[in-house]
Amino acid sequence: MPNIRIPTPLRTYTNGDTEITVQGTTVGEALHDLTNQHVELRQHLYNEDGKLRAFVNIFLDGDDVRHLNGENTAINAESNLRIVPSVAGGLIYKHNINMSKTK
Amino acid sequence: MSIEVNPLPAEDVQLTNDEIIRYSRHLIMPEVTLSGQRKLKNAKVLCVGTGGLGSPVALYLAAAGVGNIGMVDYDIVEANNLQRQIIHGTSTIGKLKVESAKDRLLDINPHINITVHNNLFTSQNALELADPYDLIIDGTDNFPTRYLVNDVCVLQNKPNVYGSIFRFEGQVSVFWAEHGPCYRCLFPEPPPPGLVPSCAEGGVLGILPGTIGTMQATEAIKLIVGIGEPLIGKLLLYDALAMSVDTVRLKKSPDCVICSSQPTITELIDYEQFCGMPLHDQTDEEGAGDEWDITVSQLNDKFNAGDKIRLIDVREDFEWDIVHLPQAELIPMGDLPGRLSEFNTTDEHVIMCRTGGRSAQMLQLLVSAGITKVKNLKGGIRAWATEIDTELPIY
Repeated sequence: MPNIRIPTPLRTYTNGDTEITVQGTTVGEALHDLTNQHVELRQHLYNEDGKLRAFVNIFLDGDDVRHLNGENTAINAESNLRIVPSVAGGLIYKHNINMSKTK
Repeated sequence: MSIEVNPLPAEDVQLTNDEIIRYSRHLIMPEVTLSGQRKLKNAKVLCVGTGGLGSPVALYLAAAGVGNIGMVDYDIVEANNLQRQIIHGTSTIGKLKVESAKDRLLDINPHINITVHNNLFTSQNALELADPYDLIIDGTDNFPTRYLVNDVCVLQNKPNVYGSIFRFEGQVSVFWAEHGPCYRCLFPEPPPPGLVPSCAEGGVLGILPGTIGTMQATEAIKLIVGIGEPLIGKLLLYDALAMSVDTVRLKKSPDCVICSSQPTITELIDYEQFCGMPLHDQTDEEGAGDEWDITVSQLNDKFNAGDKIRLIDVREDFEWDIVHLPQAELIPMGDLPGRLSEFNTTDEHVIMCRTGGRSAQMLQLLVSAGITKVKNLKGGIRAWATEIDTELPIY
């Protein structure tokens, strides 16, 4: 079964698990299975339109899937996927909470 | 493939007898020799940031004999920096970071030139600041400055020795558009504010920037001397807990907005606007907007007046153990969505965390669930410990 390595910032949403075994024959199917197993991950990987977020990098056996066939890239039972997050460092960000959305 | 950052032979740069003694362990290595040491002496490196990453980078570059080191930072040394920012010390708390760093570097090596820039690195000054340097070290702590450093390096055709850290994991690469991808090829857009926690919220193992910064310094020295395989087109991923090092391959993006053949960015932009977040943290206070915030003094007045308020602390239990308010009850933010039934729509609630950011997110959740009699404690328990009860510890 293919597996996906989860980076530290996203482990909050996988109960601390670092590697998740997934089902699927493409990168997209594997990611959908991942977000079905851990629903909270979905908003971190996909935008409102269901597209992979631009800052989410998916590597298949060391290669960026953007330079392969994207989410349609074929995978097999031995495939190792990893999510490489965009990480800045130590600055505390102000949370721009848009409360108008909740009104 | 070895790539030299500084193609000048540097033969007119001489080492003194004192320098020959100091660098003798370099000089006897066939990969470095006198020629490599001259290149190091001739090199001009700018460290953007003198914090967790910038500390080991600058310390090792200075010790290695990099002849001209520039440092940009606007901050002052604080006690909570010293767990990882090893260029500074207890005796320099309260000093400008660049001055503290300069003193330490010249103590290590008086034969080098240190130039300090006590400024924010901004679109207004970045090109001029970076212009004299051969190589830029990205030791910053925020997305706007990372994109700025990248764009400066692309526009000035300089290598960007990149490192970033989070908790137990780090990334290292050399972005150099002339020879490979740039930072934007890998990360075309920053994450929206609040989606990725920062180290200040998520914490960082103090030694992690030491490891990552030392790798950055290694890459810089390799580029300057012109030896080895630089991390161009590769991203090194380090996991301190697993003690694993993996490398993934990066490619130049044909659609890159700045380093492709058809760039749409040809000059520096407004990076705070691009990232939707500031270049710097001038305050620890976060909030949900005036309408939804309550200040610590307003809350204190309400408690003193005997108002019935349910104060919910959404931090983690290990943070609660460090310090908490006696009036508060703990519901960690991860548990809150499953405990909404414990909230009564007629009660008055105040949500708090460390600085007011996480509580603002939880306030949004509560309001969405119809619990509208709720306020966010602006500045969190840090503001309470600063303004109301100064006996409390601040973390």
